Amino acid sequence: MTESINAFEMRGIVKRFPGVIANDHVDFACRPGEVHALLGENGAGKSTLMNVLAGLYHPDAGEIFVGGKRVVFRSPQDAIAHGIGMVHQHFMLVPTHSVAENVVLGLNQPRFFLKLAHVEEQVAALGEQFGMTVNPRAKIWELSVGEQQRVEVLKMLFRGAKVLILDEPTAVLTPQEVETLFVTLRDMTKRGHTIVFISHKLDEVVAISDRVTVMRRGKVTAAQIPTRETTKAQLAKRMVGREILFQIEKKKAQPGKVILSVEHIFAENDRGLPALRDLSLQVCAGEVLGIAGVAGNGQRELAEVLTGLRRAVKGKIMFGDIPLDKHTSWLNLGQKLAHIPEDRAAVGSVPDLSIAENLILKSFHRPPIAAGWSINRAAVHQNAVRLAGEYQITMPSVDTPARMLSGGNLQKLILARETSGHPELMIAMHPTRGLDVGATEAVHNILIKQRDAGAAILLISEDLDELLSLSDRLGVIYEGQLVGEMPTKDAEIHKVGLMMAGTKVEA
Amino acid sequence: MKRLLSSYRLRIETRMDNPGWMGLVSAILGVLLALIIGGFVLRAAGATDPIATYREIFKEAFGTFADWRAGISAVLNHKACAKGLLCFGPLSDTLVKASPILLTTLACIVAFRMKLWNIGADGQMFFGAWAATGVALFVLPETTNRVVMLGAMALAGILAGSLYGAIPGFLKAKLNINEIITTLMLNYIGYKWLEYFIVVGPWSIGDFESTGKFPVSATWPRLTEYVKQFPIAAGLTVHPGIFVGVLAAILLAWILYRSRWGYQIRVIGDNPKAARYAGINLERNIILVMAISGALAGLAGMNEVAALRTLTGRFQRGYGFTGVIVAWLARLNPLAAILVSFLFGGLLVGTKLIQPQGIASMLQGVILFVVIGTELLFRYRVRLEKVEQIVVPETRGENDR
Repeated sequence: MTESINAFEMRGIVKRFPGVIANDHVDFACRPGEVHALLGENGAGKSTLMNVLAGLYHPDAGEIFVGGKRVVFRSPQDAIAHGIGMVHQHFMLVPTHSVAENVVLGLNQPRFFLKLAHVEEQVAALGEQFGMTVNPRAKIWELSVGEQQRVEVLKMLFRGAKVLILDEPTAVLTPQEVETLFVTLRDMTKRGHTIVFISHKLDEVVAISDRVTVMRRGKVTAAQIPTRETTKAQLAKRMVGREILFQIEKKKAQPGKVILSVEHIFAENDRGLPALRDLSLQVCAGEVLGIAGVAGNGQRELAEVLTGLRRAVKGKIMFGDIPLDKHTSWLNLGQKLAHIPEDRAAVGSVPDLSIAENLILKSFHRPPIAAGWSINRAAVHQNAVRLAGEYQITMPSVDTPARMLSGGNLQKLILARETSGHPELMIAMHPTRGLDVGATEAVHNILIKQRDAGAAILLISEDLDELLSLSDRLGVIYEGQLVGEMPTKDAEIHKVGLMMAGTKVEA
Repeated sequence: MKRLLSSYRLRIETRMDNPGWMGLVSAILGVLLALIIGGFVLRAAGATDPIATYREIFKEAFGTFADWRAGISAVLNHKACAKGLLCFGPLSDTLVKASPILLTTLACIVAFRMKLWNIGADGQMFFGAWAATGVALFVLPETTNRVVMLGAMALAGILAGSLYGAIPGFLKAKLNINEIITTLMLNYIGYKWLEYFIVVGPWSIGDFESTGKFPVSATWPRLTEYVKQFPIAAGLTVHPGIFVGVLAAILLAWILYRSRWGYQIRVIGDNPKAARYAGINLERNIILVMAISGALAGLAGMNEVAALRTLTGRFQRGYGFTGVIVAWLARLNPLAAILVSFLFGGLLVGTKLIQPQGIASMLQGVILFVVIGTELLFRYRVRLEKVEQIVVPETRGENDR
């Protein structure tokens, strides 16, 4: 029987959420020792399916078999008892605790006395074994995101997971860290572990997986195909149901006058350490300035200083003729200054307010939305209906709370709000992070359209492909400084890579 | 051979949807449950028949249907009520009690909407009462026009309350000092401030812990003053204070749901980060909202002294805390607060004569407790679920059943 050769098998899984069927009779199975990619757009139901497998959700119908036996998981503990562990996109770690403490957190053993030294040894050994070295005594907050991910993986291995589910593991990693992760994953499969690799990045799926299952709108559109026997284009088609243009078509930029001028700014990060050190840049109307760099080199602080969320310690910022400083009325700038924030849900939206109300966040104090002291509700509704159509936001109704939107639709909502008011300057940070192919393409097109309409765009991203294809000029940020700036056509990937790593290169 | 151990267990899941009617259902369920629990306490306190006690409370608070009928026919015939005060007396008393409750409730609602936990409406109310009394007795002459006098008192109450509310708002905005602590502590300063003027000091008359009686121009006109025109009004103490509350509630509802400023309050309350992102000034709005919250509480203080016609050392504490409870019961909806305040006024009036005296506060406490509890139940889906602790192996099939 097929059951005996599969590490696990899911049959006819159905999971409903209010208004949507996230999983519609899904079958899925993995063989021991393989990397199985689960590919699909945002909202296709990948994470839901795996949350069911990991015991976090309870399917409304369907069965799960592990090693040929039917199992019912009531909690992640049950799943891990059967050797299934999941590393979530958002890490579940206690920042102030050490690595070893986080690893044993939630375990029933030992009951009373915790021999932490013993655990530390085990964790170190486990890390050694799988090439995931991490200091077991380090506190989580001291670790980079990549290292934190290793802790999550070690946590599962420590609990005896044989099947490891990784939910978009590369979303938070630098290209180098991705390489290391892939080596680790290969190593683990050689030792008989099974990896489920959730992703929507075709390149990675092709690079790492043995077999692929593609999901679309809660259903499987391609089941367990060997990766070798397929192509990126075929997979993409299964994923979105249409052909995708991988190359962005854009005209040559027509830069106008300087819109944003940043001169010698200094700023601190949340811990009060220097984050921006004497950074200067200029962006003109009708051009995209891309900022490349490894995460944590001052990108977030730069975006925050430019949008009023953080105050520069020193330096001068001019937005056209308007100085941006502590006297600036950011409310009055409104839609002239668009901002696609890094953290869409936490910063860019008001979760309990309706979609319509979220769409007026930048325009509520001006006519036609504002009518004297009051808000014109008919205008709010019209505005929402118009933007939802124009930007193809999928939702039950414009009165639905924004928290019900999926990641891609939330990003479309933010883009609709930020770009519909004809911004003069746009600060976009990781605008496509976590988005699927279709949504990414839509976002790219919106950005280019804004550029051609005369907006000055500062694009901060970790995705080099995105930067190279969108920006007209490219700057590299390293430890709070711009270490190089060049026209994109002169940018060579390896040179940019060196600059991102801090090496000074003559451009 | 199969092993099938089944057992039941309680499952708790987050609800994704949260329909509006659930708020109403949970409030009603909460009150019912609170009455049942309160019934046991009443039993323990010596009441032989808690249901009869509740019936008595209801009668004291709202009257009986027979009395209402008699009252209505008296109105239609334009004559005095046959049973005198009993016709509409309880309702009138309840409305009188409801008006300060409604105003302190609104004070809580506006602050809670922004997640500012102002539990100092009591202190703000005391300052409002003090300022209004000052205007009535020492600033304006007795002969002032009634409307002007009451308007000036209201203004003074609003001003005093708003300044007193702005203090914790300022501390919160500028220094991030927890407003729960400051507002709570400022209550006691409010109590003592009044005590100084009435009990110790300058405003008391002789040995009485009381100011002198207010001039007529500084008091709410009661319905009973118009007994000549409306015989039915004999003895009814209801006054326009309740209309002030209702107007304030309607105004607040409009501000919250229809105005630009209300939109900002809701954005800040739900996600302060997004508010900052939109360029909304958090500090200014924190101070402003606390000032408005204090203003409403101050108005409650003015309303109360204008109804009592004097300020005594026994000026009642606790309206600010009742406001907290009513605000939650009304789910921070100003219009729902009108109804809930009325019911709570009834509870206070109805339990006035019940011994031991703590019954009203006991019921209030239980209601708040249970309502917050049921709200939690509605936020999550709780269900009893049969779990099969099985390992049903390969044998599942023909001989299984």
